[in-house]
Amino acid sequence: MSAFQDTFTSALLDPAQPTPNGLIDPNGRVAGKRFDVYRNNVVHSLIDAMGDAFPAVKKIVGEDFFDAMAGVYVRAHPPKTPMMMFYGQDFPAFLRGFGPAQSLPYLPDVAALELARRDCYHAADADPADAMILTTLAPEALMETRFELVPSAVLFQSENPAHSIWQFNMVEPFQITATHEWVLLTRPEMDVMAHNLDAATYAFLRAIQNNETLAISADAGLAIDPKFDLSTAIGLMMRTQIIHQVKS
Amino acid sequence: MLRWVQLAPTNHTWGFSKCHIIHPNTLPQKAGVGYKAQHLNDILKDPNSIGWIEIHAENYMGDGGRPIAQLKHLREMFPVSCHGVGLSIGSESPLDTDHLARLKKLVDWLEPAMFSEHLAWSTHDTSFLNDLLPVPYTQDVADRVVEHIQQVQETVGRQMLLENPSTYVAFAQSDMSEIDFLTDVATRSGCGLLLDINNVFVSATNQKYSPKEYIDAYPTEHVGEIHLGGHEEDSDEHGDTLLIDSHSRAVVDPVWELYEYTLAKAGARPTLIEWDNDIPEWNVLANEATLADALLARHNQIAAQ
Repeated sequence: MSAFQDTFTSALLDPAQPTPNGLIDPNGRVAGKRFDVYRNNVVHSLIDAMGDAFPAVKKIVGEDFFDAMAGVYVRAHPPKTPMMMFYGQDFPAFLRGFGPAQSLPYLPDVAALELARRDCYHAADADPADAMILTTLAPEALMETRFELVPSAVLFQSENPAHSIWQFNMVEPFQITATHEWVLLTRPEMDVMAHNLDAATYAFLRAIQNNETLAISADAGLAIDPKFDLSTAIGLMMRTQIIHQVKS
Repeated sequence: MLRWVQLAPTNHTWGFSKCHIIHPNTLPQKAGVGYKAQHLNDILKDPNSIGWIEIHAENYMGDGGRPIAQLKHLREMFPVSCHGVGLSIGSESPLDTDHLARLKKLVDWLEPAMFSEHLAWSTHDTSFLNDLLPVPYTQDVADRVVEHIQQVQETVGRQMLLENPSTYVAFAQSDMSEIDFLTDVATRSGCGLLLDINNVFVSATNQKYSPKEYIDAYPTEHVGEIHLGGHEEDSDEHGDTLLIDSHSRAVVDPVWELYEYTLAKAGARPTLIEWDNDIPEWNVLANEATLADALLARHNQIAAQ
């Protein structure tokens, strides 16, 4: 019995396979085109979901190329949960190995940024802490402080200027000069906002997010760039309202 | 706290009818619509144009952000019907307990007026296929479906409605009618039924039986909600009509007629207009709801005489 849904599923995702035995039309004939309705529904609805998830990738490669590429992806990587807004986790890795897209080496990074933006958009709501408490701490206590960031604070970095390419395509065209990019995504209300970082501030925030003390996190920033300025970085955390809790 | 003005994705501000009263937690015998985020501003401008809304459960299983905030706002304004599309009740394998837990979490805070799912399967092994796939009508399959529905009802802690499918194929092994199957499942599991009139019309056309005779035989005492929607027309390789349940168009006249026929037989029920693809401007969808309301009102008038 359980073999039947195996056969059905495998035929759904592979148009070269015949209609599974026992599927008929009202006259008892093999349900050829009738079975194809399910094939179409599955593949096209998944391609649509990919288009919703990766609008920048779709815009860069064009609709026809995207749909063909997504068609390959959805057959090889069907969703693992019914929550379609989280579909496509494997797309950046897939793109790295997808021959026809190799002329666009930045494409996997743009896809990864779209996943990061999506994580930020759907992250749990959390009120920002009143950061003024930091001004009341003695310097030694301040340096030993750890922070819980709001769940919507998402750090992203890529060797290609994925964020600039995303903005160029989704907001407005401009001259892209960046190479490696470091970005903090936040969601102050409902909309995702992106803040450009330098490598040192990115390393600092990564350490903060990993529950390191302010002192150790500052060292992580200084290790990247001796000019790293802790007060500027704290100012960024306060301004972007990403501190959920100050843990002394 | 999140400000309500941020609910809509643009900076557009809209009027907000303060006179719209908090609802009792049941679906009224009126028309509702499937909620689409692009209609939010229009709905908030004129909340009295619809009696209730239906949402797809899976779209609100994220942790936070705009979708959840919108739904928290809307549930204060309208009775909400929660319609699952991913439980895979017809699956040969056990139900996904992670997904069941997510559903319970949603139902617990949303407290919907109604909860429904489909007679179909959509998950196999660990893959979700994002379509409502058909099951053969046999006693073995009915036993399995009853077991799954009982598991859902026990987990979620409430009765569910089971929706009749649109079918494109039949199974040589089926030895029960769809009606006998649904009646058996509803009776034994204690679930209610969601009668999708467009699905009746689509399946009846595709499987060459009379939609009115189907309604005549349908156990309408179990029906807690009606669905109406649009379909596309195609043909199979033999030139026979093949209707596709696309939810991409207005409800066609024969489906409206079948709806009136059903009301006459079963009485008024909360009625949903579904439109999930090629989604139109709000006024087009609201007009469909107005048509359903007019037929409900006419039915009530006749019934009162």
